[in-house]
Amino acid sequence: MKCLVAGGNVKVLGKAVHSLSRIGDELYLEPLDDGLTLRTVNSSRSAYACFLLAPLFFHQYQAAAPGQDPLRCKILMKSFLSVFRSPAMLEKTVEKCCISLSASSCRLVVQLHCKYGVKKTHNLAFQDCESLQAIFDPAACPYVLRAPARVLAEAVLPFPPTLAEVTLGIGRGRRVILRSYQEEEADNPAKAMVTEMSVGEEDFQQLQAQEGTAITFCLKEFRGLLNFAEPANLSLSIHFDAPGRPAIFAITDSLLDGHFVLATLSEMDPHGQDPGCPELQRPVPQLQAHSTPLLDDFAGDDMDSYMIAMETTTLGSSREGPRVLPSRSPSPRAPSEDDEAESTVPGTPPPKKFRSLFFGSVLDPAHSPQGPSPVLAEDSEGEG
Amino acid sequence: MPLITTQAEEENDYSLVASLDNVRNFSTILKAIHFREHATCFATKNGIKVTVENAKCVQANAFIQAGIFQEFKVQEESVTFRINLTVLLDCLSIFGSSPMPGILTALRMCYQGYGYPLMLFLEEGGVVTVCKINTQEPEETLDFDFCSTNVTNKIILQSEGLREAFSELDMTSEVLQITMSPDKPYFRLSTFGNAGSSHLDYPKDSDLMESFQCNQTQVNRYKISLLKPSTKALVLSCKVSIRTDNRGFLSLQYMIRNEDGQVCFVEYYCCPDEEVPESES
Repeated sequence: MKCLVAGGNVKVLGKAVHSLSRIGDELYLEPLDDGLTLRTVNSSRSAYACFLLAPLFFHQYQAAAPGQDPLRCKILMKSFLSVFRSPAMLEKTVEKCCISLSASSCRLVVQLHCKYGVKKTHNLAFQDCESLQAIFDPAACPYVLRAPARVLAEAVLPFPPTLAEVTLGIGRGRRVILRSYQEEEADNPAKAMVTEMSVGEEDFQQLQAQEGTAITFCLKEFRGLLNFAEPANLSLSIHFDAPGRPAIFAITDSLLDGHFVLATLSEMDPHGQDPGCPELQRPVPQLQAHSTPLLDDFAGDDMDSYMIAMETTTLGSSREGPRVLPSRSPSPRAPSEDDEAESTVPGTPPPKKFRSLFFGSVLDPAHSPQGPSPVLAEDSEGEG
Repeated sequence: MPLITTQAEEENDYSLVASLDNVRNFSTILKAIHFREHATCFATKNGIKVTVENAKCVQANAFIQAGIFQEFKVQEESVTFRINLTVLLDCLSIFGSSPMPGILTALRMCYQGYGYPLMLFLEEGGVVTVCKINTQEPEETLDFDFCSTNVTNKIILQSEGLREAFSELDMTSEVLQITMSPDKPYFRLSTFGNAGSSHLDYPKDSDLMESFQCNQTQVNRYKISLLKPSTKALVLSCKVSIRTDNRGFLSLQYMIRNEDGQVCFVEYYCCPDEEVPESES
């Protein structure tokens, strides 16, 4: 393999390596007929990234010596990164870059031809490797978002650098919402702040997802890709499916394309999902406001007060009242009935009940013997 | 000011008196050799030479010639003392190390002689700070016996061309190999690190090359940990002269232009690594 990168493309190559370095410790180089691929995967195999540099990207491109099979190799990301350490410097001093790999020399040779005739030659040790290829198909994803990388880069700018994951979803009015994802320890005051950015539909070139869809993924890798795509003025498409299914972040240009495949969090517990996308998940607050307190009260108080509570709650919509009451009285634990009632019964529960929403899990152990409910069981499970 | 009159009276008692309008013309040069805690100072009527050494293998000398000072008096033929360079630099920047435009710190430096402290009077905006730094028994410094008649190869480069190279040196390599040759590759810096080897070649007709006088191919290795500190001088300098003698000893001379446009020199000597270099592409 031998290829020559000239001019501004050296910096592009350098930036691609920088964004890959956010993911994996090893870089897989594989020359193909339709271009040079640079790939990496992280150690937990939850993120994969690939850049394909088309033959036109290069001043000169030869996938393999004539009559030979193309070689592929795996090198330490750190050592390859050190060649392209400072993209600003690359732009200022490097005129062309020649990368060659041959079977005879057991080194990947990267030569930088710099200003003043200075030539830097890096002979990097490499390992033979299998081809690294993640299986993914953007076309199979039902949801697609596409926007200039700048829009997304600006949207993630306010998040603290230490933030691990971010939730992306479609909110009310088809606004795209990015929200810092908090793990369950909401009682930790240091983590109590939630940052949310909302971007209007008009900033997106494509928005194919209904309200309420949301995924949570790692921010670091996403930022890596944005750092590459933003200066290049590229559009970024995000192809995704249900939570837990991988999301594909893609950029395409005439000379290169890049795909980052990131795992998304599979299950969102009510606490996680609620801060994740409250606007997307309208039923969630209602669910808690109605069902949990009612069940709590049923378990703790006598039947009469429960009935009174039910009546006050359902006063607003008498139509639903009769349906709810009978269903609850004989069998207060039927989850399907509860869910149905929650999503349909409007109105504000009494303050006491609202409070028990928040302390529900604390109260559970005392109440559980009397009336175990799906919610209670879930909570005590979490504690155990 | 009683302080000043006392000084004037005792002027003759001092073996060294030097004063300077802009202390940074002195401190900057000292920073270029500040890679060890202690330094030895020699003062003669020509100026001050400050020497720092490490591992009996590397020596850095900063020369601040008498002309840099507005006043420079040495009573004896030569005055020698050892001093904690870190403390000296801390004192010299006592009014802050980042320069404020238009505000200069003036320095008056006095040394009474063996056993006495080095006295620094620093003045900025009418505020005077007096520092007394204890001096120590001078130690014998190394004599590299680097004689210009024994120089085999000599290159003068614009520092710009070496700066990036030195800041990006692969520190996982134990040595820096310097090749100087009348033929290709002319001037090459090589490292052999964990990730592989790298070579940096400078053609002799490069615009960075001010002078190229190589008579014989020489390949020498130097401990990278010993040479890395010279980056401090390189960063400040505008030109660097790289010389090797017939024994493979290396001399790096850095030309540093101060804020008043005057030129000072800092010099590093380093002995080669014993190991015989094996041939590698």
